[in-house]
Amino acid sequence: MKPETILKAHLSNGLTIHLKEIHTAPLISHWVWYRVGSRDERPGRTGVSHWVEHMQFKGTPKYPPEVLDKAISREGGVWNAFTYLDWTTYYETLPAAKIDLALDLEADRMVNSIYDPEEVASERNVVISEREGSENEPLFRLGEAMQNSAFRVHTYHHEVVGEKADLQTMQRDDLYDHYRTYYLPNNAIVAAAGDFDAQEMLAKMEKIYGGLPCGATPPRPAQPEPPAQAETRLEVHGPGETTYIQVAYHAPAANEADFAAFTVLDSLLSGPSSLNMFGGGGISNKTSRLYRALVEKELAVGVGGGLQATLDPYLYDLTITLRPDRQVAEAQQALDDEIKRMQDHMVSADEIHRAAKQARAMFIYGSENITNQAFWLGYADMFADYTWFTGYVDRLAAITPADVLRVAQTWLRPENRLVGVYVPDGEEETA
Amino acid sequence: MIHAAKTTLNALPGADDISRVELPNGIVILTRSNFNSPSIVITGYVAAGGLFDSDEKAGLADFTALSLMRGTAKRNFQQIYDALESAGASLGWSAGNHTTSFSGRALVEDLPLLLDLLSESVTGPVFPADQVERLRAQLLTGLAIRAQDTGEMAALTFDEMIYAGHPYRRPEDGYPETIAAIQRDDLVAFHKRCFGPRGMVISIVGGIEAQKAVDMVTEALGSWQNPDQPAVPELPPTTPITCLQRRNIPIAGKTQADIIMGALGPTRLAPEYVAASLGNNILGQFGLMGRIGDVVRERSGLAYYAYTSLNAGIGPGSWEVAAGVNPVNIEKTIELVRSEIGRFISEPVSAEELDDSQSNYIGRLPISMESNQGVAASLLNLERYKLGLDYYRQYETMIRRVTPQMVMEAAQAYLHPDRLAVAVAGPVNGDGAEA
Repeated sequence: MKPETILKAHLSNGLTIHLKEIHTAPLISHWVWYRVGSRDERPGRTGVSHWVEHMQFKGTPKYPPEVLDKAISREGGVWNAFTYLDWTTYYETLPAAKIDLALDLEADRMVNSIYDPEEVASERNVVISEREGSENEPLFRLGEAMQNSAFRVHTYHHEVVGEKADLQTMQRDDLYDHYRTYYLPNNAIVAAAGDFDAQEMLAKMEKIYGGLPCGATPPRPAQPEPPAQAETRLEVHGPGETTYIQVAYHAPAANEADFAAFTVLDSLLSGPSSLNMFGGGGISNKTSRLYRALVEKELAVGVGGGLQATLDPYLYDLTITLRPDRQVAEAQQALDDEIKRMQDHMVSADEIHRAAKQARAMFIYGSENITNQAFWLGYADMFADYTWFTGYVDRLAAITPADVLRVAQTWLRPENRLVGVYVPDGEEETA
Repeated sequence: MIHAAKTTLNALPGADDISRVELPNGIVILTRSNFNSPSIVITGYVAAGGLFDSDEKAGLADFTALSLMRGTAKRNFQQIYDALESAGASLGWSAGNHTTSFSGRALVEDLPLLLDLLSESVTGPVFPADQVERLRAQLLTGLAIRAQDTGEMAALTFDEMIYAGHPYRRPEDGYPETIAAIQRDDLVAFHKRCFGPRGMVISIVGGIEAQKAVDMVTEALGSWQNPDQPAVPELPPTTPITCLQRRNIPIAGKTQADIIMGALGPTRLAPEYVAASLGNNILGQFGLMGRIGDVVRERSGLAYYAYTSLNAGIGPGSWEVAAGVNPVNIEKTIELVRSEIGRFISEPVSAEELDDSQSNYIGRLPISMESNQGVAASLLNLERYKLGLDYYRQYETMIRRVTPQMVMEAAQAYLHPDRLAVAVAGPVNGDGAEA
């Protein structure tokens, strides 16, 4: 991949700025990333990061809720926010001439959000409603049980949305304290890509963000999850007719050496995953080893998998949608056979070249979209740095068959995994 | 650093940078070059869709569409996907009521491959029996999952209510009994009868010159003929809802209920469409989901989402409100929405509200076209509704022309709080009470 020019700066209050000029459309995408997510929550306060993200749309003295709600839309922009295990982020993509509004709004709500008790009460119901909507989904229920079981010690234990009991009991000051602790310029990255002159944009950001007070950089402790001693099996029962099997292996963090080889392994096993959050599109996985072994052999109607780029070691999960006329044990045997094949035999160099080409294609698709480009300018720093992104395709291309074999043997051991089954009501357990 | 931004106007596609070519067999090719990108998007449709289905075989068009790449005269299933996936490319088919659509993308160097596979799948699918059965099992599982999805079941029921007696009432993916009843011969016959070049549109956007793209499409599909290709069936009239109708779809074991409520809406080409669209933005989209989001989510905290959508196409559209709520809040939400609809049709929207939505529409247009995919979809719209190649250049004038009075008249033509279909799916009893 050709080298990219990005401008990196650090303001005296600790704010990190990443800028990239893209002059293909008269747009700018602006992101603010905070180093806080569900990983930073303690029992009793689970879901606080995500709820705080909601509260950040509830106004400041300068931008009261009814103004904030409309400000970006009125200028023809799109905006949103996301909370994940390791981070919380806010973005605006706007016509280039309107970008000052986004900077002013984000700088303002970094320090001035109100957290009106009535708004907190109303949003409590909204967040609980969001959780209840997820609970309607069998794969959310299974995934939550898997996550709970996979992490006994590490705070990746709970879903981002939080436990319902905590959502029912947390108070306004819990939210506000969390906000004041983590929403600091020295705990944030501002990233922008689009139709601007980088030096001019930096000067503008210095003016708008530079005066915000820094605070004590919040510690981000997390106890490492001790190695599992044996395979964990669990079942979730719920409505429906469809059985799902999820197999999750403890996996390396994004910045660990094995992550790239694991990505290639996943590509061969369950199909290539797209890096793009916006506008990338994926490609199908019908020639992947698991699709051939499970779907083509009529054991399952679908299979997919994915590795998450996280700060600490998380999970590599494979999800199988079972055919109604098949047994869990049959599908699992076929999966285990494919895993064993990965552990016993070197993959070919051609397969790795193919995975690298797929990654290159998806990387290029994602680069069409300015919002996606700006996303990466900040996202990569949440678990590594921007070179993680720019070097991604080359790292995959450099993986050898021996690397893939080693990763399969190291990480895909039975004692390193959990096997979960969603058993639809009325069905006999078939495991 | 070089600063060479285009102005907004010139960034939008127009007659001077869209190429439109019609081949002798009827295929229309739209292209727009974007040499900033080494990739290519290809999307389009053939004029065969669910309107050709019977009630007994609802879902046949979609089943056919999804079978097209399960094997062709030249390649089997694994060979098709090996070629595609090895290139990091994608291509897929799906059916709607009027058309069967395709969408694909690849690096520019792989456009010939994409066109070969497009041509093979649309002109020479062989519907291998084992693949058809495998696909059927997947479709039936998909329908079993759909039956458990509160949002999908509310939407499906809502369509059955507002399109009673009309082919649009049928879900495009059919029902378990119709998918089970469709035979391989039905797929073969549907393809043979309904697929043809007349009415086919192909939109190509990315790093390629227009003429080169046209030459490649001509080579791939220029000789395709189907002299017996039928005209798309005429649409029967629809009957508007005349009272408040309610259907509950009980789905046990769920935590949340989904509500879809609304009525018929305008066609895409109706004179009031633009005013209705802006009105819809005010009612349930603008900011955090417009007036309805404000009253249901922001002020009452009843739902994570509550928004409206105006679905306008070739035939009668729908104007609907969607909300996901705890079962104890169903009736309250329905009443709040009815009250907002009542206000919406009895008072003109304010000049400020309209100006906000107009600015939103005009400003977000370039965002919707920042990628090849966005531009390709926009070009298809131009052709599907015969909007003219300069439509996006004239868009701002057209949007600014709408007045509050026009919005209210458009709303009054379709919405009334006492004439709505209301479908609720989730932990409810069939009689409307909370389960």
